[in-house]
Amino acid sequence: MLTVYVPRDTTACALGADGVVDAIVAEAASRNIEIKLVRNGSRGLFWLETLVEVETPAGRMAYGPVNASDVTGLFDAKFHEGAAHELGLGLTEDIPYLKNQLRVNFARAGIIDPLSIDDYKTHGGYGGLTRALALEAQAIVDEVKASGLRGRGGAAFPAGIKWQTVLDTPNEQKYIVCNADEGDSGTFADRLLMEADPYQLIEGMTIAGLGVGATQGYIYLRSEYPKAHEVLKAALANAYEAGYLGIDVAGSGKHFDLEVRLGAGAYICGEETSLLDSLEGKRGLVRSKPPLPAIIGLFGKPTVINNVLTLATVSAIFEKGADFYKGLGTGRSLGTLPMQLAGNIKRGGIVELAFGSTLRDLMEDFGGGTASGRPMKAVQVGGPLGAYLPESQWDIALDYEAFAAAKAMLGHGGVVVFDDSVDMLEQARFAMEFCVVESCGKCTPCRVGSTRGVEVIDKIRASDSSDKQRDDNLILLEELCDTMEFGSLCAMGGLTPFPVRSSVKHFPEDFY
Amino acid sequence: MNSSAHESSTREIVAAMQDMPGGLLPILHEIQHALGYVPEDCVPIIAEGLNLSRAEVHGVISFYHHFRSEPAGKHVVQICRAEACQAVGARGLEAHVQTSLDVKMGETTTDGNLTIEPVYCLGNCACGPSVQIGEDVHARVTPKRFDVLVADLKINGGAK
Repeated sequence: MLTVYVPRDTTACALGADGVVDAIVAEAASRNIEIKLVRNGSRGLFWLETLVEVETPAGRMAYGPVNASDVTGLFDAKFHEGAAHELGLGLTEDIPYLKNQLRVNFARAGIIDPLSIDDYKTHGGYGGLTRALALEAQAIVDEVKASGLRGRGGAAFPAGIKWQTVLDTPNEQKYIVCNADEGDSGTFADRLLMEADPYQLIEGMTIAGLGVGATQGYIYLRSEYPKAHEVLKAALANAYEAGYLGIDVAGSGKHFDLEVRLGAGAYICGEETSLLDSLEGKRGLVRSKPPLPAIIGLFGKPTVINNVLTLATVSAIFEKGADFYKGLGTGRSLGTLPMQLAGNIKRGGIVELAFGSTLRDLMEDFGGGTASGRPMKAVQVGGPLGAYLPESQWDIALDYEAFAAAKAMLGHGGVVVFDDSVDMLEQARFAMEFCVVESCGKCTPCRVGSTRGVEVIDKIRASDSSDKQRDDNLILLEELCDTMEFGSLCAMGGLTPFPVRSSVKHFPEDFY
Repeated sequence: MNSSAHESSTREIVAAMQDMPGGLLPILHEIQHALGYVPEDCVPIIAEGLNLSRAEVHGVISFYHHFRSEPAGKHVVQICRAEACQAVGARGLEAHVQTSLDVKMGETTTDGNLTIEPVYCLGNCACGPSVQIGEDVHARVTPKRFDVLVADLKINGGAK
């Protein structure tokens, strides 16, 4: 029987995938063609969504971007036999955007049915857990340390060190918490991973539980991701049903329970301590550190809290070995980083590469320049708290240390491209405004500083270039940024100055 | 639904979920899912069930953008205001939405049909500007496309 794949992820559906499915089903029925329709996750080549794939003897053939109105024409051209059509892209695996990537986290994305455990296992899934179940807890933590894996949420803290602290802190109850509160604009890697390959995360969290002696895990998912929620709930139920979660994980006698909890639209809950307060049912206020969550975390117990990609990567590390993983990348940035091309970009999507390539390669070779066709002016990397980079900085290597040295951050790998119509004063103002809206309010530099920041930028905009007050206000803005950077309790207030200062520094013409 | 019906639904939800560790957010989600918002008169019931003060419950409801204390319009329309959407015209879209519907962000149209809210990222950043209506995300929403989506809501309640 003919197998046709149509993605079910948020972006594909936002571009009409459900309508494409209805059209394919109706058209196939009217032509008496028997098909098996699989709702796969997306390959992450979002500019080609809805990307329809057909199984042929030569491999999977891709067609895209397909609209519901194209379906009759596709059947007329016999696309279901892999025939040529103006939307035809050839074999999916040969699309250069995909072929030129090095996919570890996204190796299965778009290939498998996200909810099928059999598909997952056929493609290497649960191989990591099988290996981990044969190891002592310390050996599991050692493997993560040896891999060089660092936190993919943005802070890039070595995951193995965090795990060691939790392992070394005795307590009868410990927790594994997955930070799936992916609030940074320009990022969608966590979302896609959860929607396209959820068992990778479930497996990684199970291994984390075995490694540190935790029997309960929580996935804290942002409420803005209803599709990811649906997939996770179904995947968790299937994993319990198949015996991969619960009191006897894969027949080992080991215990690990896992539950998904929804956030409620607060950006600050992506900050780990605020997330823990939120999981406890409180306002998401940032906690002072120390104590570290690894020692006193969720409900006061030792807690591993890691980002979705970090925990998911653990399953790949156990499947393929720490040596494989650390063999990729550069310097102290080892393995791969799924970058996310977003904003004003011709070919937006997920580009997973080993650390070490450059922004320019990413934006030009993969991204193909702006969607508007106008020249690129600025790129914001690392979310709303990341710096705006001018062209002179686009050759910096994609590496945590190289970015830090340029007073920028790689963060969670989001790349938001702006063309030359952008007004950088507006972007700086928005950074402050966003901090006003999303500050948890606990510390003054963030809560009050951001409000003052919006006011000062408004004054700069209102004054004309001959006005001395403009210079005074720019100095005031600089001092305010200092106060926020050095006086805030967490990265929200502490990093808001990054987009502001980089805008003033690299694009002064927009401020004078 | 009247106030006593609110109270009985709330009591049921609280009774079923009060033993959940850190259960306040899941309870609030459940109530908002059932009633469309979290009415003021539910607060004392939640507080009693979880052994919290009313102030603590109120504090949590007001902290999170997602929870509403007043009913919304028939459809909740969220317009993404974040950077990736800004780069492809979200500012213009936001202005268009506000003038064409004669509402400000956070308000409901006078016919009670649409509540317009800002949202900061829907994870559809490669194909913005993004708008979410109910639970459905829409990609590449130009002002013109927005008008079509709104017209669809009026005609068939947003069914595809």
